[in-house]
Amino acid sequence: MVQLEVFLQTLISGILLGGLYAVIGLGMTLIMGVMKIINLAHGELMMVAMYIAFWLFSLLGVDPYVSLLVTIPALFVLGVVIQRTLISPVLKVDSILPENQVILTVGIGMILANLATMFFSSDYRSTPVSYAADAWYLSDYWRSSPIELSLSVPWTVSFGFALAITAALWGFLQHTDTGKAIRATAQDKDAALMMGINVERMTMVTFGLGAALVGAAGSLFIPMYYLYPALGGKFTLIAFVITILGGLGSTQGAIIGGIILGIFESMTATYIGMGWAPVGRFVIFVACLVFLPRGVAGLMKRS
Amino acid sequence: MLKVEGIDVFYGDVQVIWDVSFEVNEGEVVALIGANGAGKSTLLRTVSGIVRPRKGGITFLGEPLAEVPPYRIIEKGIAHVPEARRLFPDMSVEENLELGALKPAAKARRADSMERVFTRFPRLEERRRQLAGTLSGGEQQMLAIGRGLMSLPRMLMFDEPSLGLAPLLVEEVFQVVRDVRADGVTVLIVEQNVRQTLAIADRAYVLETGRIVRHGSGRELLEDEEVKKAYLGV
Repeated sequence: MVQLEVFLQTLISGILLGGLYAVIGLGMTLIMGVMKIINLAHGELMMVAMYIAFWLFSLLGVDPYVSLLVTIPALFVLGVVIQRTLISPVLKVDSILPENQVILTVGIGMILANLATMFFSSDYRSTPVSYAADAWYLSDYWRSSPIELSLSVPWTVSFGFALAITAALWGFLQHTDTGKAIRATAQDKDAALMMGINVERMTMVTFGLGAALVGAAGSLFIPMYYLYPALGGKFTLIAFVITILGGLGSTQGAIIGGIILGIFESMTATYIGMGWAPVGRFVIFVACLVFLPRGVAGLMKRS
Repeated sequence: MLKVEGIDVFYGDVQVIWDVSFEVNEGEVVALIGANGAGKSTLLRTVSGIVRPRKGGITFLGEPLAEVPPYRIIEKGIAHVPEARRLFPDMSVEENLELGALKPAAKARRADSMERVFTRFPRLEERRRQLAGTLSGGEQQMLAIGRGLMSLPRMLMFDEPSLGLAPLLVEEVFQVVRDVRADGVTVLIVEQNVRQTLAIADRAYVLETGRIVRHGSGRELLEDEEVKKAYLGV
């Protein structure tokens, strides 16, 4: 019974973590789909959003979840500016190969991380919200329950927001003309132009959206995570693994990939050891490249 | 209606179109014929603004297109049914059609236009929720043409619409081209199927290695000794 309890509790944490991962992965996969480049500054954009949420909390007492109203638009604008002034001019030069264009995003990430260190020092920060340690317990609702499970309040609320954001993004991509134009641009740029789609503007909007998504993830992670300037690299890697796991450019794949990674990391932490989670991440990454090179999306297409 | 005057087109440093001029009058079916690599598709892509001429100019309904960005061309009334169809493979038939009608004027009449496309191509209606990439070649071509019509164009450009289709479907494609013209849409068509194309074309231009070497009415060119030898295998 205890073993089942541990397993279910681990599964729950994995799913909650995976939902947040999905939002990070969705941002990267959107950008990948339309621009055909991996944004290796993705985690650093999340770090920027976390600092925004942190300062709003520390200086003005704004709840991290309310800070979504700031981080989402702020990161959208930051994404658009980065795309317009830095990435777009480099993408236009044919003589620079796409694999080298990616290096630009590495540079952007480094600059963001170092600016954060300069301005905010490398101290670990957190937002000690009042509900940080609160949880809902199964036994409170079902007295005779044979097992005890708990749901952490901040994790569950963050997961709820992640679901809502994912659903909103899905609705936008499926049901609005702009969303359809973004998907069309990802599938065939020239044909999109012929349909009257302003491909350059769509590319900008997409980068902005990708940044806004990872910005939202920043607000959702800060109630549970320590923040420091170098944290971006870890999340860039996570986003990258999810993007590969999901199948490059596939939004459904990114959602499933995020959940899989979340569960896998949670299981690794419980059954092998806390410190092994990053190893698990690499194992699943390599296994995916070897056995499922087209990711979850490739699997879905086959069936 | 469409006037192309003395254009040179380059891909990088390689010149592929040399001083080409042609025109299409309202209500006509005009064909560009020639061998593979003669530059036919490039001419259509130039009209669409996807490649730009280094010299010369293009005007449509009296308006020069040089400064018009490629995504605005469709607003001017020019729709392009590209070579190899270029559908959005991971989107449904319906979504592909919707994307043909993004500009406000066409969008206002979207439902109406879609009904008309479905009446003309009942197969597409049966498969409206299916992904475009899973359609047969013939269905894909019909969808590409339907998507072009959704923008309510004044002129429709077809690029190799019969390529890779079974003979029966080729007949169907040429019938569609005739219908489009009968509906009052001007047609500019690029085809390798020279005999059938010349049979429906009011006028045609023969393109060889990026230059126009002949032009005349469809009938004249069908009788032309050189054309017969080079393209009709007679």
